[in-house]
Amino acid sequence: MSLGEINGLRDPDESGRFGEFGGRFVPETLIPACLDLEKSFKEAWADKEFRSRLDQLLSEYAGRPSPLTECPNLSKELGCRVLLKREDLNHTGSHKINNVLGQALLAQRMGKTRLLAETGAGQHGVATATAAALLGMECCVYMGEVDIERQELNVFRMRLLGAEVRTALSGSRTLKDAINEAMRDWVATVEESHYCLGSVMGPHPYPWMVRTFHEVLGKEAREQSEERLGTVPDLVVACVGGGSNAIGIFSGFADSSAELVGVEPSGGAAVGRGVPGVVHGSRSFLLQDEFGQVLEAESISAGLDYPGVGPEHSHLADSGRARYESVTDEEVIEAFQLLSRMEGIIPALEPAHALAWVSRERESLEGKTVLINLSGRGDKDVGQMMEVLEVDDGK
Amino acid sequence: MSQTIEETLLAKRESGKKSLVVYLTGGLDEHFEATVEEVSASGADVIEIGIPFSDPVMDGPTIQRANDMALTSGATPVSILDRVKQVESPTPLAVMTYYNIAASMGVERFASLLARSRVSGCILPDLPLEEVEPWANAADEEEVETILLAAPTAPDERLPIICERSRGFIYGVGLLGVTGVRQELASSAIEISTRLKKVTNLPVLVGVGIGTPDQAVEASRASDGVVVGSAVVERMLEGGGPERVGALVKEFRTALDEATF
Ligand SMILES: Cc1ncc(COP(=O)(O)O)c(C=O)c1O
Repeated sequence: MSLGEINGLRDPDESGRFGEFGGRFVPETLIPACLDLEKSFKEAWADKEFRSRLDQLLSEYAGRPSPLTECPNLSKELGCRVLLKREDLNHTGSHKINNVLGQALLAQRMGKTRLLAETGAGQHGVATATAAALLGMECCVYMGEVDIERQELNVFRMRLLGAEVRTALSGSRTLKDAINEAMRDWVATVEESHYCLGSVMGPHPYPWMVRTFHEVLGKEAREQSEERLGTVPDLVVACVGGGSNAIGIFSGFADSSAELVGVEPSGGAAVGRGVPGVVHGSRSFLLQDEFGQVLEAESISAGLDYPGVGPEHSHLADSGRARYESVTDEEVIEAFQLLSRMEGIIPALEPAHALAWVSRERESLEGKTVLINLSGRGDKDVGQMMEVLEVDDGK
Repeated sequence: MSQTIEETLLAKRESGKKSLVVYLTGGLDEHFEATVEEVSASGADVIEIGIPFSDPVMDGPTIQRANDMALTSGATPVSILDRVKQVESPTPLAVMTYYNIAASMGVERFASLLARSRVSGCILPDLPLEEVEPWANAADEEEVETILLAAPTAPDERLPIICERSRGFIYGVGLLGVTGVRQELASSAIEISTRLKKVTNLPVLVGVGIGTPDQAVEASRASDGVVVGSAVVERMLEGGGPERVGALVKEFRTALDEATF
């Protein structure tokens, strides 16, 4: 890529578009709520008091800044220098808390009393339940039946935190359907509920607002890289479901020479194999059939098991500023074990996708410096992996 | 072409009667064409044909279930519209679906396909005013009436703008929520109709949550009529064929015609 193509992330236009992606495709009932949210977010973000309250929570409650960790053993094994941005060390175990604390404070400022969320892996649901407990708000989380089974630990955590977990029984019974149910709930309860969306997707202003709340991790990673390396890494790699952890880290490097790589699961590669379409509030790359019916994704990772992607990623792919690759479930299972054994860090299955890509591409990455966003820890996945690996061992 | 939806509903209003718009899930079973004809003969003024979409966020359990059944049996937008073409009824038809169905075909092609299928109007519940222009222009071009929704959450200043862009009628959303039968009529059904009547001459119909003939009559006190969906689809799902669906529509028709307003 030539340096001439490098540019920072831009804010969306009035209609909520990044290039030709984004927008506000929701039922009329929700439009006033979206307009109100946009206005309130802009005001809050310009308000020093709001910002310092959020900063305080991010440091004292969530444990920011998260460290940047060198991986000496893995680097030796792969032949490239690997650094991890440790979002797994945040309170609740993933990057999701950054966005949730921001949205929960905002919701409270807007006079809402109830937080509504969808969750795939359960990490966003746990983060939302956590913020609701902290701020004394009611919390309801929708989760697909399939995900409730494979992430049962997180279901228990949410309930322990005082949230109500409702099962989404329609369609593929995964993240896509949890979002449908959350939107239906929101249509009915919009006056008291804030929909705390968990990724950079949905109608404007969500993709932009959620990105803004995650920029903290990109900013930290940039400063930490400059300090450690004296420069930026050659590549910045992150897994992409809706794309919030990826956009967070990309935001710190978009104006630099670093190559940005998003890694999708091969069974949910919206950018890789999708075509533009409209679902869940925005226009973006989408896995769909010839008639516009949304296809079901298929991934070992509940957090990436989604047929769409946030609109800004579609734009970054279109403009060439970032590229999107995919890895198989088998490669992810390998990477999950590789990082555990090599560095004593058990990753969540989602960021194991980013690791899997780096591991597969080791030859072409030889001698390079690679920063991976370790978006979450793997505790939630050990039950599922225990079964997968025992079957592999033939036990 | 016969009368437009708007002409039909205005004529009804002038005759001092209330309008009845009936929603049916397209391609649900082998009786689809006969059901449309029976509903027409039973007194519906306009019939909405639902084209199923994989992710219907404005729909409750009943219409979702019908949706899934139609999709599982292989119904597609093209196959449903092909069947619509075979229907013999003088009642104007509208299609109700989600925007991606139109977008994936291309809005011009979709509008032209509707026109060629003898469909007069179209409702896309996830395409709000802010995003409607490309579709609405393509539909205008083909003389397909784009029916917009107006919700209880809209501030006063938004309603006239929505009415201005709507064709056929203005669809007042009767409650905060998705489609489905409710125990009682929400007070918001009366409120939204009253607010809309103040700002437009278009026919004002209220839908979502109108499940019984009594509720239809009550809601029509403030509006020009009602849209009935889930109650009819529930009948379709029970089996029993077009006659039983028609019988329910007749109950609504009779209640509306016999009530004094
Ligand atoms: C640890 C972790 N990483 C990544 C994701 C995927 O979301 P996004 O693409 O928005 O970062 C999830 C979602 O559940 C997650 O739990």
